[in-house]
Amino acid sequence: MTEDKTSIPDAHGQKRRLPPSRGSRKTRQAAWLFVAPAFLAYAAFVLVPLGMSIYYSLLRWDGIGKASFHGLRNYVTVLTDSDLLQIIGNAFQLVLYFTLIPVLLGLAVASAIRSHMDGRFGTLTRTVLFLPQVIPLVAAGIAWSWMFASTGLVNQTLKAIGLSSWARGWLGDFVWALPAVGIIGAWVLLGLCTMLLVTGITKIDPSLYEAARLDGARPWHEFRYITLPGLRQEIGVCITVTVIAALASFDIVYISTQGGPGITTTVPGLEIYRLAFAHRQVGLASALAIVLMVLVLITIAPVQWFTRDKK
Amino acid sequence: MKTATPNTLLARGLIILLMIVTLLPFLSMLSAALAPQGTYPNGLQWPADPQWGNFVRAFEVARMDQLLLSSTLIVLGVVPISVLISTMAGYGLAKLTSNKYKWLYLVFVFGLTLPFEAVITPLYYEVRALGLLNTRFAIILPLIGLYMPFSVYWMRAHFLNVPHDLTEAAQLDGATRWKEFWLVQVPLARPAIMSLTILLFLWTWNQFLLPVVLVQDPMQRTMAGALGAFQGQWGTDIPLLCAGSLLILTPTVALFLVFQRQFVAALMQGAVKG
Repeated sequence: MTEDKTSIPDAHGQKRRLPPSRGSRKTRQAAWLFVAPAFLAYAAFVLVPLGMSIYYSLLRWDGIGKASFHGLRNYVTVLTDSDLLQIIGNAFQLVLYFTLIPVLLGLAVASAIRSHMDGRFGTLTRTVLFLPQVIPLVAAGIAWSWMFASTGLVNQTLKAIGLSSWARGWLGDFVWALPAVGIIGAWVLLGLCTMLLVTGITKIDPSLYEAARLDGARPWHEFRYITLPGLRQEIGVCITVTVIAALASFDIVYISTQGGPGITTTVPGLEIYRLAFAHRQVGLASALAIVLMVLVLITIAPVQWFTRDKK
Repeated sequence: MKTATPNTLLARGLIILLMIVTLLPFLSMLSAALAPQGTYPNGLQWPADPQWGNFVRAFEVARMDQLLLSSTLIVLGVVPISVLISTMAGYGLAKLTSNKYKWLYLVFVFGLTLPFEAVITPLYYEVRALGLLNTRFAIILPLIGLYMPFSVYWMRAHFLNVPHDLTEAAQLDGATRWKEFWLVQVPLARPAIMSLTILLFLWTWNQFLLPVVLVQDPMQRTMAGALGAFQGQWGTDIPLLCAGSLLILTPTVALFLVFQRQFVAALMQGAVKG
């Protein structure tokens, strides 16, 4: 848009596009040649499958035999079946753990350690906190399955501090399995969020804090009126990343609980996999897949809207 | 700056606590990995007689050498092509198209938040129709497509910030678009390309869903995919499972420790842009 404002009307009173080369036929051809390979790969393995997903979602199909047209009935099932609704609900419960813990704890830690991240100690901190981002989620799942096992570290600690009655097989417990899975996600994402927030804080003008202190602001006020508004964008990024991780989770759940006990930890990603490849309900699996995609989009959109820098 | 005020101590204490929380699961796995075979160890307890041999056995049982080879082949199939064609597309979209073609970019961006689960079922049938099921191409080809939204977004953002004078200067010197791209733009884009390479390497190496669905044989999978099969097979042998898991995460952790600075920068930017 800015280009148009700087352009100069030519002899015919039409706007001349700047830079002049951009609109020419040759440039357009070159543009297509540069973009085409990426677009073909994207089309072949994302756009076409997505279209197929939508098509499958309208079918009643076992993946082998003849498919019959099923209209929107698969979607009605996804949105009314109590099991499937619980599974979608599970994903949103995971958002609470995957998002709230890393963001709130990250905020607390980041504002406390604001100016202590330079030098060797800072490098060491960064390295350690990024470890969960580098290893496969499956490995995190295995590590934490062991932590939550009956003789694992969580129960060992509880027994050591005299809370033996609390000890249990966490991942097999109908009440505690989902929170336990949530803790695994929180552990994976906590370091990343903390570091993003620390970086955000170091970008806030230090004179703001000095001025606040001269005005007699308490730490809480500093946090509320300087740190929090200054971190708007970074908080937005953390929420976006963690919400997607929760709603589209698969690896951690597949490894740590396989959705059990019952369906207490089943998430949409796992259910799509099961419906399509174990129960041979390709149509229903596809409808759930489309619903999952839409849920991610409508959950992320307002976060992006509220936390982007208003320019 | 160096004075240890109570605040500094509190901050350091918090950081150290956070680091311990991050490291505990790894330590717990290590202590279990060293327990005698067939025992059911305790969460965190240094064994009286550490069985380092468990790692040797896990190496053999998991066929680590083959897994390394397989993951490397997959990464080599995915990353160079993805980086090349997304760099080209990023350049094309940032420098060669006007606002009229914004829709093309928006079509790419649309895929940014797409969960892989949303397309995994049709991908299975597509890959089967291509006759590639149970080969590494079943992982390689779809991943190239699935990484395009992010990669194109990433490279376009870089090229938007390159001053336009450069293009004009190159053209005055008589360079074709293709020459300008390779001789002027790509060398300048090296930091962006480097970060993208690291991210795509990590995501490919750690990819789990595609290998599990599209490839039966664990030896043709990524490390992460193979770990799933390993857990299925040895899930009850805690020492061996922990030793195997630690071995399987060693390669990326080692690379990460060597290129720590670049990895951290890439992961941070990746999160911000994604």
